[in-house]
Amino acid sequence: MVLSVDPGARPEAAPKIRVVEATKVYETRAARVPALDRFSVDVRPGEFLCILGPSGCGKTTLLWAMAGLHALTSGQVLLDAEPVRGPRPREIGLIFQEANLLPWRNLLQNIVFPFEIKRTTVDWTRIRSLLDATGLGGFEKGFPRELSGGMQQRASIVRALAQDPSVLLMDEPFGALDAFTRDEMNLLLLRLWSESRKTVVFVTHNIAEAIFLADRVVVMTPRPGRLARIFDVGLPRPRKIEMTFEPGFIALIQEIKAVVESGGRHAVEVA
Amino acid sequence: MSEVPRELRDDLPAFDKAPSSRREHGPIDWTALTAIQTAKTALEIGTIVALALAVFFGIEALLWVTRTPTYVFPRPIAVVKTFASDFGGVYTPHFWVTMEEFLSGLAIGSTIGLILAVVITQKPFVEKVVAPYIIIMITTPMVALVPFLRLKLGFGLSPIILAVALASGPMVLINAATGFRRTDLAKIALARSYGASMLQIFLKIRFPLALPMIIIGYMVGSIFGLLTAISGEMVAASERGGLGHLLLYFASLARTAEFGAVILIIAGLGVAIYVVFYSIGKRWTSWET
Repeated sequence: MVLSVDPGARPEAAPKIRVVEATKVYETRAARVPALDRFSVDVRPGEFLCILGPSGCGKTTLLWAMAGLHALTSGQVLLDAEPVRGPRPREIGLIFQEANLLPWRNLLQNIVFPFEIKRTTVDWTRIRSLLDATGLGGFEKGFPRELSGGMQQRASIVRALAQDPSVLLMDEPFGALDAFTRDEMNLLLLRLWSESRKTVVFVTHNIAEAIFLADRVVVMTPRPGRLARIFDVGLPRPRKIEMTFEPGFIALIQEIKAVVESGGRHAVEVA
Repeated sequence: MSEVPRELRDDLPAFDKAPSSRREHGPIDWTALTAIQTAKTALEIGTIVALALAVFFGIEALLWVTRTPTYVFPRPIAVVKTFASDFGGVYTPHFWVTMEEFLSGLAIGSTIGLILAVVITQKPFVEKVVAPYIIIMITTPMVALVPFLRLKLGFGLSPIILAVALASGPMVLINAATGFRRTDLAKIALARSYGASMLQIFLKIRFPLALPMIIIGYMVGSIFGLLTAISGEMVAASERGGLGHLLLYFASLARTAEFGAVILIIAGLGVAIYVVFYSIGKRWTSWET
């Protein structure tokens, strides 16, 4: 059933996350709005998976369901073969659009926030090394409004990684940044990922960004979000910005763009 | 947030640590009251002091030149003189009576208002039921109740304390409720993703988010409270008097210098309340731009 839409599935590795027939309908007073429709995907351990789709295709709905922040109308999400029925703070780190720092806390207080909620001891050595890795050393006392968008988003990445989750769910984290900062952040993210090999699910509406980052790109249809197609990205790692100018990269952009624009009408692959 | 020209920024209630570059005042532009605090250069301080002296002696000179009798308008110098000489004996007991009424009333009213604000913003049903009464309490001047409360509760401070509580509580309530209604879904989701309990979400997300509005509520509530305390004493003072009672007393004797001194104390009290809450706001809610 689910594996059939995933041509590159390796049977030997059990999926880290399985999304099975995920369906979500928002009930408003006026109407029933379908956001997700029988969406299924398997995320392999240590994989960098991008979920790509136009605005309003249910990407955030899907990610929040994976994070256990809201229930699905039907279907389920399995994390390490266990159904997700609520937040999983030990395994999952969530990164939001526009950093989502608490403005009344300085940078360090923001990074410590999850430790406070979980009532665990603060891992200062880990925080220290993450601050250095993200170039935030020296800005610990700064308040979010004093920092640039890129720095705020770095801080939110440090906040998530300081918990050492095995899964990182990222909801268009760099959507509000300018193109140069976005490239910089993508490279930083790949570097951090290559060092830790966490499972990353990265939601974006930017095709080039998705290809540049991902092992596989999952394309969703416009509302309601269905699976359109899964693309394997064969680019070697480490990825470099120059790769985005190569003909193969551009050809893949065009191919994915065609699928997005056709709304996946004739695109569902069945092996 | 990008840099917006100062004249284009709207006046949402907020406070800031760096007033020169950002927001300088709350919902009403009362920066003049705290201008002395923020004045930096000798020129600024000099001008402020010179203007104050000019107004003070200008009025004195004008009254002297026009030979206005002191029962019509008090001489500023006489006001300061009686203020200085009689402060301990005449005014202080009454000052403390008013303070006791004001502070007790504010403490009671604001605590109940704050708790009610939490409750009604959590339970929409309660809010709908309670809303009309809150509106009635806000729009009715609570001084009107003082003569009645005096009959019921006797000649102590309690009728005025109750009136102050009734006047200040609803102000804290509506402003705090506005604050608690600011739900930032992403921030609550953030806390939830780390497994936060409802109490943790309240203490670490909802309360700090509401804090700027709570402080505004306290500021407005205390101004209404002081108004009610003073006017309550004018309507029906306790046997211990109070500044409002003192005003009526000196007015009835046409002792304008003493009357002016009481006005001076009341004005000082009002400014002090503003400065206290302004400083608290500046200290605790500087994050809000």
